[in-house]
Amino acid sequence: MTLDTICKGQKLEIIHIPDATIRAQAIRLGIYEGAKLICSEKLPAGPIILQNRMQEIAIGRNLAKKIAIQSIS
Amino acid sequence: MNCHNPVCNMTIPNGSKKIVLAGNPNVGKSVFFNALTGLYVDVSNFPGTTVDISMGQYKDNVVMDTPGVYGVSSFNDEERVARDVILFADVILNVVDAVHLERDLFLTQQIIDMGIPVVVALNMMDEVQRNGLKINIDKLSKELGVEVIPTTATKKEGIDQILEALERAKVGNRIPKVKQLMDQVIDKVDVEAEALLVVEEDENVLTRHHLDNQHGQREEIYNLRRSKIDNVVEEVVSQTNQGASFRTKLGRWMLKPLTGIPILFFILFLTYELIGVFVAQTVVEITEEIIMGQYYYDFIMNLSTHFIHQESFIGQLLIGEFGILTMAPIYLFGLLLPLVVGFYFVLSIMEDSGYLPRIAALVDRLLTFLGLNGRAIIPIILGFGCVTMATITTRLLGSKRERFIATMLLGLAIPCSAQLGVIVGLIAPLGGKMLLLYVTTIFIVFTLTGTILNKIMPGESTDLLIDLPPIRIPILKNVIKKTYLKSKMFIEEAGPLFVLGAIIITILQYTYALDAISDALAPVTVGFLKLPKETAQTFIMGIIRRDFGAAGLTGLASKGLLSPIQVVISLVAITLFVPCIAAIMVIFKERSWQESALIWIGSFIISFLTAGILAQIML
Repeated sequence: MTLDTICKGQKLEIIHIPDATIRAQAIRLGIYEGAKLICSEKLPAGPIILQNRMQEIAIGRNLAKKIAIQSIS
Repeated sequence: MNCHNPVCNMTIPNGSKKIVLAGNPNVGKSVFFNALTGLYVDVSNFPGTTVDISMGQYKDNVVMDTPGVYGVSSFNDEERVARDVILFADVILNVVDAVHLERDLFLTQQIIDMGIPVVVALNMMDEVQRNGLKINIDKLSKELGVEVIPTTATKKEGIDQILEALERAKVGNRIPKVKQLMDQVIDKVDVEAEALLVVEEDENVLTRHHLDNQHGQREEIYNLRRSKIDNVVEEVVSQTNQGASFRTKLGRWMLKPLTGIPILFFILFLTYELIGVFVAQTVVEITEEIIMGQYYYDFIMNLSTHFIHQESFIGQLLIGEFGILTMAPIYLFGLLLPLVVGFYFVLSIMEDSGYLPRIAALVDRLLTFLGLNGRAIIPIILGFGCVTMATITTRLLGSKRERFIATMLLGLAIPCSAQLGVIVGLIAPLGGKMLLLYVTTIFIVFTLTGTILNKIMPGESTDLLIDLPPIRIPILKNVIKKTYLKSKMFIEEAGPLFVLGAIIITILQYTYALDAISDALAPVTVGFLKLPKETAQTFIMGIIRRDFGAAGLTGLASKGLLSPIQVVISLVAITLFVPCIAAIMVIFKERSWQESALIWIGSFIISFLTAGILAQIML
């Protein structure tokens, strides 16, 4: 599944991020292949907010469509 | 040493060191900088960028601040500047946000991998407790191999210990594999730290040393660094309770459309009350009418009429209607300066409080329709301060396509604060209906232009990926400092252009060229826009500076030459009309000349077309 289909409050693991530049920027903020995060908010048709402890990152909906994830419980 | 970098060519006294402050955005670096350097600070622009760096002295050492970055590389201007300053540091004071270690320690470990001695200031310790976190500082220090000093800079806690620790700064625990990779290229660079950026595939550093990207290991190194930091954080940070604090909740409310949109409107309303009402009316009345308009004007007139005739050409040039000693300083300091200061004050508060990235997330969806992402809200907001500066900030956008769209929208439909002040002054007395007509027209043009450009322009825009820092109460001192620096930079850049504009206008007027141009434009102005022919003259002045034009309209309106509808029509025309000469110059500098010409001619046509259509419907 892709990140845009996640539900608010769901835990997830990042499986694949397609673009090398995005990968380099995301990894510094704690988002990388294998990272386990929580979707703490989902704006209607807008960005997905991912949370790791106190850290929050907003990811645009179009980018979220390209990020492969799997939900974990 | 061959480098185009003011840092490594800087001469510093023998035996003194370069202490560099580094950290993620909004971690409180400037408080440490102030504590180290005291009052005597030199702020200079980093060549080729809009980034300012502050320099000062601590004992015999040079202290340099850097822009906040998440890592050392070259994804944007801030990073390139921070990179060049950090690379040639002798000692680094790395300020980290104790609440966001997994984010901040990535930079810390990168600096450690460079082999530069570091002291880590574990800042915002007061928030650690409030958020129910516990950090094992001794263990953190041992894992990183450098001193970690807990601080709460806003309360001055831990600053003395930092100063002592700086003397003992040492190189930390480097990741062995990364060190190995660096050793393979170490003879190809000037300083060891650069070797890290070579193996991390930094384009600029590679070019500087005429290297091909054959050592490319960025992905592997980043992964190693990430997993080390995640392990460290796992071991040293423990959560004692889960309670979300009020600020966390507030941050969430700002994001959700249901609560976020009302909050945004409320903040915009406050901003309007502060800038549009208080500054643009009350303050400007004092600064423009009384201080500059009376005291200064009388003073300069008394002084200069002893030497020159006001009627002569020189007289007109210096103290005439558009004189460089009369109109230029009166507008610049009486009208522009208070507005610009007010504007930057608000923007600095939004930035330091962590609100700005939340606005970006909130509006991301809307801006994607225009081919932009939420980040573009920053130049757009800035555009209401000064389109010239906003155009420069479009550099932070991820693609050429976005930069073009943003520049076009800025040049076309965003009125700058100087112009906004005059517009508000003109439209406020006409009532809500006229205000609504004006705002709606401009909004439609803005949205339509963006949507069409997004449809017809080739390529793809980049997506939003933005850190949402915690909501914090901004430190007033920092906000004032930022406001001061940005306003000063603005006056320095805009001042000379303003004087130049005054000269051009005077010459045009003295040679009756203004009349000739406005006569030539008259058929369009009178026939299509249904405005008196004098308005053409104000449009021409609008090129010199947008607010000249708007201010010219004030003159016409006060003479009773314009009806309320005509005021709105001419304001629409002048808002959409080509940006001021300073903005045009910046556009030509930032974009290719074809793109710039397109923006220039495009806004000319759209402006007259929109105003004309409005006139045909309403009159």
